[in-house]
Amino acid sequence: MPSFWRQAIELGRKDLRTEVRSGEVLMITVPFGAAALMLIPLAVGTDAPLLERIGPGMYWSVVLLFGVLVTVRQSAVEGQAQEDLLGLLGVDAAARFAGRAGANFLLLLLFEALLAPVALALYDTDPAGFWWLLAVIPLVAAGLSLLGTLAASIARSVASSTLVPLIVVPLAVPMLLAATQITEGLRIQATILGWLLLLVVMDLLLAVAGVLSARPLQEATR
Amino acid sequence: MLQDIVDLKGIAVRIGDTPILRNLTLSVAPGEVVGLIGSNGSGKTTLLRVVATLLPPSEGDGTVLGAPLRGTGEERYAVRPRIGLIGHVPGLYPNLTLEENIAFIARMRGIPVSEVPLVLDRVGLGLARGRKAAHCSHGMQRRAEFARLVLTKPDLLLLDEAHAGLDPQAADLVAALVAGARSRGGAALVVSHEHARIAPLVDRFVELRAGAVADTEWSRT
Repeated sequence: MPSFWRQAIELGRKDLRTEVRSGEVLMITVPFGAAALMLIPLAVGTDAPLLERIGPGMYWSVVLLFGVLVTVRQSAVEGQAQEDLLGLLGVDAAARFAGRAGANFLLLLLFEALLAPVALALYDTDPAGFWWLLAVIPLVAAGLSLLGTLAASIARSVASSTLVPLIVVPLAVPMLLAATQITEGLRIQATILGWLLLLVVMDLLLAVAGVLSARPLQEATR
Repeated sequence: MLQDIVDLKGIAVRIGDTPILRNLTLSVAPGEVVGLIGSNGSGKTTLLRVVATLLPPSEGDGTVLGAPLRGTGEERYAVRPRIGLIGHVPGLYPNLTLEENIAFIARMRGIPVSEVPLVLDRVGLGLARGRKAAHCSHGMQRRAEFARLVLTKPDLLLLDEAHAGLDPQAADLVAALVAGARSRGGAALVVSHEHARIAPLVDRFVELRAGAVADTEWSRT
């Protein structure tokens, strides 16, 4: 049998290939996310200082809400037959979690990268501390992908997809807060290390929880 | 004496309050092929999932390829790659081509990907290898599943209505798969409504009725 990482890479590659073929993230989720960012200025009017102040918060909120859709999509399109196939291939449950979370991470990174210029243009936000944001964007993508993948596994194990937002939203609030506070901190030149640490700790905790719960959740799905 | 490949004792499966299998005892010896027949809802598919170790029984005990159906699970996980299941719904990824589907399986099992075109040729899909699974007919999807079994060579074959909707050439592939498992000292459980169609393949039939083995169990000979 291939190693854990070989299995995870193959699974991630399969998910990405499937996504590229369907084009759902690029063709549907990104345009809807951009439209959501556009609706806020329409609602609050052309109050430039206000838009500049709320811009980062709006960006991260849209990333959170639409990012969940990105992370649960793959789990939603696969059924019992694919579940059984992987089980009988002897695929390590933790490798399945790692592969899916990895693919979701790359898709979320793309999603965030495509939405960022839209937010900058619409809200005229000063991209202060640009280099720090290069660290924050992957940290948020990692956290959301781990959280979404874990939530989709839990929801699948109890056969209730409606659980996903109920699991994701409360747990994503600290990430949203941290990302927004870091962006604001960079703008007003306040310290951001505490919030950065929070993101790192959340990512690590979610990775550990995902790997440890992978097999029990997989077996419960059957 | 060789250990039975499937050895179930008093198996019961309940989903909620509904009994699906009741006090079911069944054994399948190495080299043996058993035909499972029964009306809709008699528990055939559930029984195959129990034997595949994918569904833990609510009651009873037993072993599959020597691994206990109950317990910690490590042995159960270890034998799963030796089991080949074809269910009602094809275990294919619809957005991948047939070749990509089988190559994915090869990589996950550490089998050289160079074998994939040969296997696809063998099941008659050589010319359709670049077609997405979603764009293939039911028969072609079934053939792709046969390709998976040709590639992985399982010791225990579980075929759930594998003949349904197949042309005679594809049906011959089922016979070849069953013969292959038998020659490796493995075994097969073949489910079908058309008991005449699988009669040439099997050593004996077991009829399920309301989740239990009915009185009628007879040998082909």
